[in-house]
Amino acid sequence: MNAGTLALAALGLPFCSFVLLAVVPPLRRAGRVAGALSIAAIGGSLLASLVLGRTLPRESVELTWPWLPAEGGPMATVGILVDHLAASMLVLVALVSFLVQLYSLGYLEHETPPALGRYYAYHSLFAFSMLGLVLASNFLQMFIFWELVGLCSYLLIGFWYTKPEAARAAVKAFWVTKAGDLGFIIGIVLLWGQAGTFQFSGLFQMAADRTLPTAGLALIMFLIYLGAVGKSAQFPLHVWLPDAMEGPTPVSALIHAATMVAAGVYLVSRVYPLFLLTPDVLALIGWVGAFTALLAATLGLVQADIKRVLAYSTVSQLGFMMAALGAGAAAAGFFHLLTHGLFKALLFLGAGAVIHAVGTNDIWKMGRLYRAMPQTAIVFLVGTLALAGIWPFAGFFSKDAVLAGVWEGGLTTPFLMLALTVFLTALYMFRVVFVVFFGNRPAEGHPHDVPLVMSGPLWILAILTLGWGISLAASGGEEKAHGPEWIPWLASGLAVAGIVFAWLTYQKRAVSADALARTFRPLYVAALSKFWLDDLYGGIYRGLLLGFSRLVGWVDRYLVDGLVNLASAWTLRWGDGLRRIQTGRAQDYLYGVAFGLLLVIVWSYWR
Amino acid sequence: MGLQPYLILAACLFTIGLFGVLTRRNAIGILLGIELMLNAVNVNLVAFARFTGETAGLIFALFTISITVAEVALGLAIVILIFRVRRTVEADNLDLLKG
Repeated sequence: MNAGTLALAALGLPFCSFVLLAVVPPLRRAGRVAGALSIAAIGGSLLASLVLGRTLPRESVELTWPWLPAEGGPMATVGILVDHLAASMLVLVALVSFLVQLYSLGYLEHETPPALGRYYAYHSLFAFSMLGLVLASNFLQMFIFWELVGLCSYLLIGFWYTKPEAARAAVKAFWVTKAGDLGFIIGIVLLWGQAGTFQFSGLFQMAADRTLPTAGLALIMFLIYLGAVGKSAQFPLHVWLPDAMEGPTPVSALIHAATMVAAGVYLVSRVYPLFLLTPDVLALIGWVGAFTALLAATLGLVQADIKRVLAYSTVSQLGFMMAALGAGAAAAGFFHLLTHGLFKALLFLGAGAVIHAVGTNDIWKMGRLYRAMPQTAIVFLVGTLALAGIWPFAGFFSKDAVLAGVWEGGLTTPFLMLALTVFLTALYMFRVVFVVFFGNRPAEGHPHDVPLVMSGPLWILAILTLGWGISLAASGGEEKAHGPEWIPWLASGLAVAGIVFAWLTYQKRAVSADALARTFRPLYVAALSKFWLDDLYGGIYRGLLLGFSRLVGWVDRYLVDGLVNLASAWTLRWGDGLRRIQTGRAQDYLYGVAFGLLLVIVWSYWR
Repeated sequence: MGLQPYLILAACLFTIGLFGVLTRRNAIGILLGIELMLNAVNVNLVAFARFTGETAGLIFALFTISITVAEVALGLAIVILIFRVRRTVEADNLDLLKG
């Protein structure tokens, strides 16, 4: 089979599964059967992507079909574009989707069969949409799949829709990402107006030939970047991601850690040749990325909810990727996306295992879990070390590449921010590790290790994270990073310092966490209240939007409705008055006729 | 005699008939008024037929007379029916179509 067929197969299998589950209710209500179908479909996709990844030719493969017919050729096409970027992303998405769906069988074992069927129908739709986004060969198609994954995110965050927080978080996620998507679609349309095509290959060709009009291109690329800001939770639109943790934990692992939130980074990587034409926008991407990374890391330090710590860490790592892209190191950013997808999915699934066993998200109610759940503790530690960037885990190499890329890109201040973030990352992750898995107080209840269907995916991800790192180390992964010699040492030193600091504070209690909180009181208070960003948005919403809505409502109620009511009242009143001339007596009418006749005669004489 | 006296006679007849229709309170009186107005028309038709030499007016007059007979028969029947139901033929009391 050639590459195009394989890619189509990978895309089509989850779609078939979704359609089956959507239109055959008995199948969906069967619960675990629906799960098996969905898992089989995504398993097939994974297989196809793996074969595709191995057999991919050097040049990209593109299949297109005309769409939106117009005079002088179709306005838009549908198609798939497979190159190394898409193929790597395809494997990541299919792999994590497959493992997460498998894991969900165990995690959601207590759900009713119809709910489980619905869950897997959404998952199939998500897999189809995400793979479609990855394979899209033009902006329009990408936008359609982009919105579809947003829809799936909404549906899955609100999976427990009877819980008010979950429903509200789903709506919030939808709204905030839509704010970015608005910019995205305006950008696409403006770009089409400039270039006359949605096709990536055509646009890249124009960019290479320098035939793309550069007037207003910076604005267009900024608008397209806005879409990535919303989806990839960059400052200031990052507020939806922590709230999205109201969904089931496997969903957080798949959508809000490994795949969908990386779509923004993927978008920027995909159309990188266009971004290269606008250095100002790239610099902005770098600065915003670094700032997001630092901000989210400080927020992650004060969270008590294990999933929220991971959510902020995701925001922070997405900032890393964006910073790398902004600094011109696209390969490093995408590399970090891939490694992060693996170990963050691992961390979320590990956290899910802990939550499943303990029954709470609050880290202060957990402790010494390494005794009750040794397997989970080990894999969680693997993920944490990878995230902290310790040699020889995969995260070490990608984080290194990002730091080197940002340094080489000349963004010195963002580099310092990211370096500080490396320290904070190690600190907040090991805070969780020490409190949850070691600590002094044992957890409540009787936690136990998870069944094979859940631990299997955990082990696979852990082995991949470690194995990829080791293979990179063996093949001299340092070659990938072109930066100065001292960067790996600096990053590792900062990470180790963070770990030691966390150990002293939360394990040895040599440093009092309360005293630290008092010392950095303003920062602590600010971080606890999420830097008042949610309050700011709430204020904007309540003050501006609701105020405006009230004004419009007043105008509608009293001006528009008032006019209509006035007209109807006048009609009624006049009708009531005129009713009285209908006496019902024939002679009165005849008087009218005679009088009218007289008038006509008089008028015709005087004319 | 010229045409004018006939026309004046017809106008007088018509006006008297109209006056009757408008002022009589009894339904039968109103019907009589209508008869007068129709006869005024007949006078007009015959007079014009006589002075222009065309016979169309005469035929029209014949038609009018016969139709008037039918109309009176119908009108009187209605009046009798109204009287049976309402025990009155006073036009002022017959205001079922009042708005």
